[in-house]
Amino acid sequence: MSGDKILSVDRLAMRFGGIVAVQDLSFAAERKKITALIGPNGAGKTTVFNCITGFYKPSGGAIRLTHDDGRTIALERLNDFRIAKQAKVARTFQNIRLFPGMTALENLMVAQHNALMRASGFTFLGLIGAPGYRDAEKRAIDLATDWLRRVNLLDRADDAAGNFAYGDQRRLEIARAMCTEPALLCLDEPAAGLNARESAALSALLLSIRDELGTSILLIEHDMSVVMEISDHIVVMDHGVKIAEGTPREVRDDPKVIAAYLGADEEEAAAVMEGGS
Amino acid sequence: MDYFTQQLINGLVLGSIYGLIAIGYTMVYGIVGMINFAHGDVFMIGGFIALITFLILISFGLTAIPLILLVVLLVSMAITALYGWTIERIAYRPLRHSFRLAPMLSAIGMSFVLTNYSQVAQGARVKPIPPFITGGYTLHESTDGFVIQLSNIQIMVVVTTVVLLALFTWLVSRTRLGRDMRACEQDQTMAALLGVDVDRTISMTFVIGAALAAVAGLMYLLYYGTVDFFMGFVAGIKAFTAAVLGGIGSLPGAMLGGLAIGLIETFWSAYFSVGYKDVAAFSILIVVLIFMPTGLLGRPEVEKV
Amino acid sequence: MKAKPGIPSILKTAFINALVALVLFSLMVGIRTEAGASGQLTYWTRFGELASLVGAVFGGSIVIELLRQWIGPTGAENLVPPAVKSGMSFIGRYLAPALLIFTLLVPVIFYDQRYILDLAILVLTYVMLGWGLNVVVGLAGLLDLGYVAFYAVGAYSYALLATNFGWSFWVCLPLAGILAAFWGVLLGFPVLRLRGDYLAIVTLAFGEIIRLVIINWQDLTGGPNGVSGIPRPSFFGIPLDNSDDGLAAKLDIEYSPTHRIVFLFYLILALALLTNWATIRLRRLPIGRAWEALREDEVACRALGINTTTTKLTAFATGAMFGGFAGAFFATRQGFISPESFTFQESALVLAIVVLGGMGSQLGVALAALAMIGGFELFRGLETYRMLVFGMAMVLIMIWRPRGLIGHRAPTVYLTKAKAISSDLVKEGHG
Repeated sequence: MSGDKILSVDRLAMRFGGIVAVQDLSFAAERKKITALIGPNGAGKTTVFNCITGFYKPSGGAIRLTHDDGRTIALERLNDFRIAKQAKVARTFQNIRLFPGMTALENLMVAQHNALMRASGFTFLGLIGAPGYRDAEKRAIDLATDWLRRVNLLDRADDAAGNFAYGDQRRLEIARAMCTEPALLCLDEPAAGLNARESAALSALLLSIRDELGTSILLIEHDMSVVMEISDHIVVMDHGVKIAEGTPREVRDDPKVIAAYLGADEEEAAAVMEGGS
Repeated sequence: MDYFTQQLINGLVLGSIYGLIAIGYTMVYGIVGMINFAHGDVFMIGGFIALITFLILISFGLTAIPLILLVVLLVSMAITALYGWTIERIAYRPLRHSFRLAPMLSAIGMSFVLTNYSQVAQGARVKPIPPFITGGYTLHESTDGFVIQLSNIQIMVVVTTVVLLALFTWLVSRTRLGRDMRACEQDQTMAALLGVDVDRTISMTFVIGAALAAVAGLMYLLYYGTVDFFMGFVAGIKAFTAAVLGGIGSLPGAMLGGLAIGLIETFWSAYFSVGYKDVAAFSILIVVLIFMPTGLLGRPEVEKV
Repeated sequence: MKAKPGIPSILKTAFINALVALVLFSLMVGIRTEAGASGQLTYWTRFGELASLVGAVFGGSIVIELLRQWIGPTGAENLVPPAVKSGMSFIGRYLAPALLIFTLLVPVIFYDQRYILDLAILVLTYVMLGWGLNVVVGLAGLLDLGYVAFYAVGAYSYALLATNFGWSFWVCLPLAGILAAFWGVLLGFPVLRLRGDYLAIVTLAFGEIIRLVIINWQDLTGGPNGVSGIPRPSFFGIPLDNSDDGLAAKLDIEYSPTHRIVFLFYLILALALLTNWATIRLRRLPIGRAWEALREDEVACRALGINTTTTKLTAFATGAMFGGFAGAFFATRQGFISPESFTFQESALVLAIVVLGGMGSQLGVALAALAMIGGFELFRGLETYRMLVFGMAMVLIMIWRPRGLIGHRAPTVYLTKAKAISSDLVKEGHG
């Protein structure tokens, strides 16, 4: 494949004890495009995500992130919070991890922690109420407000996130990830548990993130209607290895993909074949 | 070398007592996931009940020491077990599905209650008993006159611990109760769905833990010859340290941790300074946890994302 | 719905409870042992006391069972009618300012009552300790069972610096805070990656280590005998005594020992209010929000690029610093300190204040300190029964209100309206 790659995964391997979760996996995600990672349950998709976002240290292979300015970062060498902070990779979680006892607005403010920490002079300037910090906080609130409006939760800004309906929590988590102003947004099954109307709204949101803000997106998803509709490129995994990749149309017609899904689950296979058409 | 061997013996005996208490901590933690802060005081109560039973039996004119020991052991285990059961019913069961800190505070409160109950009921002064089990063996006598002693009471403590540990391992691995306990440890909801009486199993855990603490209390009484109302706190902390050191939730770990703490304490006292022996034990706890966050034999925690 | 138990079943329950009590108390209460003059143990029976205790359990069980029938299974929460609840929220809004004004006036109202002034100083000391620990436990969700160690570091820092070098309280006060924070970082750095109860036990061990070192390092700390002759604080350099240079002489008023007490009162009040101000302020800064986010979900924090280690460390150090200030105040107020003041019971007491107050709530912590220390004083006459009652109260309070007195969290920033968040949603953290 051609084009400007933001993320390239090269021969990634991840083993837990004797269990091989991911092996010899190579793929790339293009800049300002939506790349989907699909595959049957247990294919190793979330493991790949955890390697990219620093929650696991890969057993082998390389993960390179190239920023707009050409700066390249080896993600497998960064750990933990540094991936989000320095490499600007943001993520959401399969089982939603909001701060349930904090309001929606507070959730989005926490996401801007690093920028605000600098503005508050690492707390000291903020403690004495320096005007520079107050401006920065105002800007942070504006950014958060903007995102709450985009995900259609502005009227619930002051409600505790734990009280939100499932679909609202999913959108809030995406908004929170976006408030870190990431170069690459990684979404782990963003459409899981959403109804048809909410899925459609999610598709629109992700397309607007790509088109209006030019943020690259990497997503894991089971909902094929979403994947087929919005993805520019699809990588298919099964049993820890890549079995196919290409455009939605190519992947849909690939016999290997159909076989993998048929072998796994008939319903899902049917979804692959019908999805997007 | 002789001095070393003697200290090794002393350390193992002390470690056995800590290990017996630590099992109670580790069992409760495994099943309910809480630090039973009152457990050290249950040990203290066990010691007191043993002391009082001794006194009564002797005043009745009993002289057969094996018989006295047996009666004391059974009475002390039975009554202390009832204490364990009652504590769980009053202070922990209402809070079982509550916030994590609530049962911990309740346990600390219960510990204060037991300490001061014992002080009010039996007075603040240290209670000595005359040595019951005397004699022992001289293992080795060196030329400079240093003697390695192995006293009968030391043998008794170690033998009792080994027997109880064997019995207990059998209980957990082979009996229905043990299976229920392991099931509750894994998943209480699922265990309940499969017909395990969770309430009863948890109660039994406290009962067994308290009974073992009572044995430890009796051993302490026989070995040191005294009990007092405050002995539960320090022994409790050290036994808990032992449980954490060994890897909390693991039974062999608790015993291993107990022995480790006993040895550290004894050797530190023997070679460095008595005053700092607890500092040594606690420092080693901190160091071990830094490098092995789940203790010596604990299962490593896999982070779920 | 279960049918309501009849009288026979109530009697049966009560009988069983009484039987359990009989076994429990038989030896511990029924027999009293004492070491005689020659070291020989003697005992005597107390069957009267035993019988009355068992009777009390029997009667108490009947009363509790009957109460349970009246109230129903929903528990004590519903005892309060809604009208009273809304009234309470109205009071709640004005409670904090009213309490503050009253506190400011305490030395005026109770000028002649030395006992009340002393008690008020004690309560304020615990309010400050509670607020300090609240940063660690309530906001950051890190369970610290050795908070008293930092209190001790602060107290000994001031005591030793003042007695050995003659440094004044106002120089030593910040130093005590800094030293305590330094120890907080020193402890925190290796152990803060531990989770949950492991952290709890390590902090407990640390608290004990500090106390044992104080006892054993006799050359420096005086060991169990403690440090005495710690200088009293001066009014910014002017001593508060009966001398010609004293404040009374300078102001040309008659000297009274109460001056010093009143001064100490306002000193601890100022320190406590400083703690409160800083905490409220920090909560609204990114660092404070990160503390709370850490309590809610550490993994999510890391995914957002927050350095969880330094965030935990700052919480730990901030809490320790306030503990250090309080310790320095304690030393100057007492004039004498010894390791006995820094036992695990103190840590437990402060933790109980924080949890009872409702974790994270400043007003709740203040009320809890007042209730606990005040309640503790009420039972002073009972001597040894005091701790017994205290322990029972801890158990009962936890069963009654596991989330503490103030059961909601106030948001730190809002767009249109600050709405209180129910504590059922707020996490406790796992540290």
